[in-house]
Amino acid sequence: MATIALPGTETTAVQPVSKGPDRRGGRGGRSGKAGPVTYTLLTLTALVSIFPLYWTVVAGSHTNAEIAATPPPFLPNASLFDNFRAALDQAPIGKAILNSVLVSGSITVGTVLFCTLAGFAFAKLQFRGKGLLLSLVIGTMMVPTQLSVIPLFMMIADLQWVNQLQAVILPTLVSAFGVFFMRQFLISALPNELLEAGRVDGASTFRIFWSIVVPVARPAMAVLAMLTFLTAWNEFFWPLIALTNANPTVQVALAGLGSGYVPQRSVIMAGTLLGTLPVLIVFTILGKQIVGGIMQGAVKG
Amino acid sequence: MTIASQSSREAQTASPPAAAPAAPDRTPARRRTTLTRNRWGYAYVAPFFLVFGAFSLYPFVYTAWVSLHRTSLSNIDGGTWVGLENYRNLLTSEFFWNAARNTLTIGILATVPQLCLALGLAHLLNYKLRHRTFFRTVMLMPYATSIAAATLVFSQLFGRDYGLINTALEAVGLNRIDWEGGTWSSQVAIAVIVTWRWTGYNALIYLAAMQSIPGELYEAAEIDGASRWKQFLNVTIPSLRPTILFTVVVSTIGAVQLFGEPLLFAGNGTTSGGSSGQYQTLGLLMYQQGWSNFHIGQAATTAWAMFMIILVIVGLNAVIGRLRSRADR
Repeated sequence: MATIALPGTETTAVQPVSKGPDRRGGRGGRSGKAGPVTYTLLTLTALVSIFPLYWTVVAGSHTNAEIAATPPPFLPNASLFDNFRAALDQAPIGKAILNSVLVSGSITVGTVLFCTLAGFAFAKLQFRGKGLLLSLVIGTMMVPTQLSVIPLFMMIADLQWVNQLQAVILPTLVSAFGVFFMRQFLISALPNELLEAGRVDGASTFRIFWSIVVPVARPAMAVLAMLTFLTAWNEFFWPLIALTNANPTVQVALAGLGSGYVPQRSVIMAGTLLGTLPVLIVFTILGKQIVGGIMQGAVKG
Repeated sequence: MTIASQSSREAQTASPPAAAPAAPDRTPARRRTTLTRNRWGYAYVAPFFLVFGAFSLYPFVYTAWVSLHRTSLSNIDGGTWVGLENYRNLLTSEFFWNAARNTLTIGILATVPQLCLALGLAHLLNYKLRHRTFFRTVMLMPYATSIAAATLVFSQLFGRDYGLINTALEAVGLNRIDWEGGTWSSQVAIAVIVTWRWTGYNALIYLAAMQSIPGELYEAAEIDGASRWKQFLNVTIPSLRPTILFTVVVSTIGAVQLFGEPLLFAGNGTTSGGSSGQYQTLGLLMYQQGWSNFHIGQAATTAWAMFMIILVIVGLNAVIGRLRSRADR
């Protein structure tokens, strides 16, 4: 349900950086050497970016009284693990993490598959109404999906899907951004000659898709997969409506934590940390690729 | 896949041109038509448009229909037609105008500093840097943090009695602030959360655009004796204009929909946006109408009003962008 948007072809806000975002030389705008002021400012920004996450660890290890002391504690301690246990007992964090893995995983597989299929058709196949359909895709990238939740809720209530995971998986199974992203990539990355060669060899259309298109599309599919997983994991509004604490995703469970069901702050912070940890671990491993992906396109969740 | 077939029924009523017959079960006759000119295109786009039509396009359009009914959450299929009554109620409701005002002020507080900071940050990141990847990745960490997690942490930091920010204020001799209780203080605090989450992301977007500015432009400016600041103003900013416009539009759409931060900021799960609604936003109001007051029709009206506001803002941006580019010529 996230609004994922990419600059439309008309606006061309971000040029796909096909040569790699780090290419310098004559290009790359002004590329003087960074001085100490630049490093200082960037280090400060980095600290501000990390501090709230670090503070989650500190606040998860200390009681209210300890946190309010002057000077406040700046190091975590072993009571963090007690608070982890308390959070797992008092809130359905464990179930939520499993659910979120399932939901985000399904959404990622579906989005990458469907968007690659559609992106390929829009990039390389001719069919009537293609221009119209493509402008429908581009036009809807900007429409906030949050505004569709009411009929969507009526729909899943009719289907008796409230509190069931398919209620949050299915509506998010495709993304207009993904289609556009794959199309832009395949237009330049997939040579027509390759497709023609496959056709001459007598391969069926779907054979061509699996053995020619998918291998070429793989890097873009990987980027789309990472961005989709991140967006799906952090999806808030729709899961909050469609699910309850009886069968939550991580974000629904966190909303429950913040709604006063759990009285201790340290436990709330420990729970928040547990729910954020999986995505932070993934981000630490794949951060460079995610940065590259965002610089190639533009995703807003 | 049984689920998908259930939904496809609705898709066909909802988006006739979109959900074109895919006919996946028909075996491809050995036709001699070229690959790039055939009907298989429909089969490839069909899964996307089926899901998209059923779960995005149809609900979006149907929102308008619901907004013309009095519909209760406990009896969602039993709405009664009331015409424009929900709209009249909305426009005469002080809650709506309060939420609209808050959405506007929080939106400005969150968007303007965010994009200015992002621009400056992108400028810094564009220098030749050691540890370049490290800086970029770290600045994207807030983006990877969910709204719920970020808001829970920040509401601790902004806490009146135990919050680190008030501890720091007191340490330098200032008074503690009841961040959540005040109008301006709560709105600033919420804007800080939004700014924290999105600045790094927007900086990367600007950085990507900066790197595609041809170096010759800067060389020419240098020959003309332009200082670095002049170069930034006269080369960088004009080249980034389409990107800036894009980020303004996207951030504005995000700001109009602001929901999770005001919902979780107080830490008690109420949908009123503070004791006097001091940080109630339109997104939160819609949720309150629908899921606290069970008045789905009224919530749909608010949703539609939000869409109208977004349309106006996007339209204004387009007009301004066109006027600016005409003025340049």
